Amino acid sequence: MASFKFNNVYIKDDFTVAGPLEKEGQIRKFDLSMDDYYYGEKTFIDAEIKMQRTVIDNLLYRNKNVKKIDFIIGGDLSNQITITNFAVKNFSIPFLGVYSACASFVEGMLIASQFIESGASKNILCITSSHNLNAERQFRFPIEYGAPKAKTTTFTATGAVGTIITNEVSSMRVESGTFGTIQDYNQKDAAHMGAVMTPAAVSVLMDHLQDLKRNVDYYDLILTGDLGSIGTDILKEFLKINYGVKLKNHIDAGCEIFLPSQDVYSGSSGPVTLPLVLFNKILKNKKYKKILLIATGSLHSKDTTNQKKTIPSIAHAVSLEVLS
Amino acid sequence: MNKDEYKKLVDGLTPKENKSKNAIIAFLVGGLVGLLAELIAVLIMKWFGISRIEAYQWTCLIVILLACAFTAIGFFDNWVTKAKAGLILPTTGFAHSVMSAALDYKRDGFITGIGANVFKLAGSVILYGIISAFFFAIIGVVIYG
Repeated sequence: MASFKFNNVYIKDDFTVAGPLEKEGQIRKFDLSMDDYYYGEKTFIDAEIKMQRTVIDNLLYRNKNVKKIDFIIGGDLSNQITITNFAVKNFSIPFLGVYSACASFVEGMLIASQFIESGASKNILCITSSHNLNAERQFRFPIEYGAPKAKTTTFTATGAVGTIITNEVSSMRVESGTFGTIQDYNQKDAAHMGAVMTPAAVSVLMDHLQDLKRNVDYYDLILTGDLGSIGTDILKEFLKINYGVKLKNHIDAGCEIFLPSQDVYSGSSGPVTLPLVLFNKILKNKKYKKILLIATGSLHSKDTTNQKKTIPSIAHAVSLEVLS
Repeated sequence: MNKDEYKKLVDGLTPKENKSKNAIIAFLVGGLVGLLAELIAVLIMKWFGISRIEAYQWTCLIVILLACAFTAIGFFDNWVTKAKAGLILPTTGFAHSVMSAALDYKRDGFITGIGANVFKLAGSVILYGIISAFFFAIIGVVIYG
């Protein structure tokens, strides 16, 4: 069983740096936002590193009373998660790098929660980021090429989000979580991530509910990561056909960042999508008490898709409780 | 649900691409590029009093230069996205693919960056262009002597 219950894990603070297109979308208020994709640097890689550094800097500054950050857990989409490695290197804080593509942040939260629950650590900083143009360059075509895209394509969000997980009581509790298993449903289209990742989301949702003996209605909100609008349709249909579950209390973070007029095809993707929506929209609304986060990641590289291999996917789930 | 059933579910919920609309856009834009090039060729012939063959060669260079310049300035990718295949198929597409790859790798060094990656997208066009030219030349020789 890969589900865990936590009694003593809380979220203390969060900080967001959002990209130029993101701040003109559905959520207009962020801690900081960028005017352009360079963020005052010479390359997009440096820009993304600076985004993560800004988040860590601000979190450390705002939480000066925290004696010690025990370690940082983070990951991003770049090869060998170099962005996070470079961003963290100057802080002299122990670092644990994680990669589950777009599920990296929730994976990090779950690992951090386990360390805190066990008493081994007191404060852990979790971080993730994605940068549209770094992702374009790595996974798709050269940035300036502008290849026409299919309607199923998702648009990698630009931003960096960090949070501090702690054992100090706060208004938001990490209640439980489930590590997902890798799913492979023979999908080969990297331009249709919704279809690739839905089975992983379904699998971890069902595991979570079964392990903790809960019903899907137990949660006020199920927030999936970046399935996009088409992925959401597939998810709902999949659950209805296979498990007879009707998903009413569901929002996909991929559909919550951009406006339809921003021409982002099927919605937003990237590891930053879910925390961006969670911390800047869902939790600010104060509408939901019990929230289940399901972040989904597509585990492919450009080489495996070029070699026509199927795309496996993974999802991890974390349950949050808003206390006040 | 097995993998085949899942594929059916996905196919049923995936919106169809509007292929005929894309084809018409590409046809019109591609044709427009051709028309503009022809106009340039005619003007060059008139102004400089050179032969049609020479004028076409100059036109080709001008179109390539324009596409590269537009890519470098930064708005050609938006045109390419909107024009579907209309700007990718003419020489503009070749120039654009080379230029965009070069821009992408300019920070990675002249040899390991630009040199190694400049034909990332255009390499296939060059390789298979040369191979097919070779075979078409043989066919041409066999048929027409």
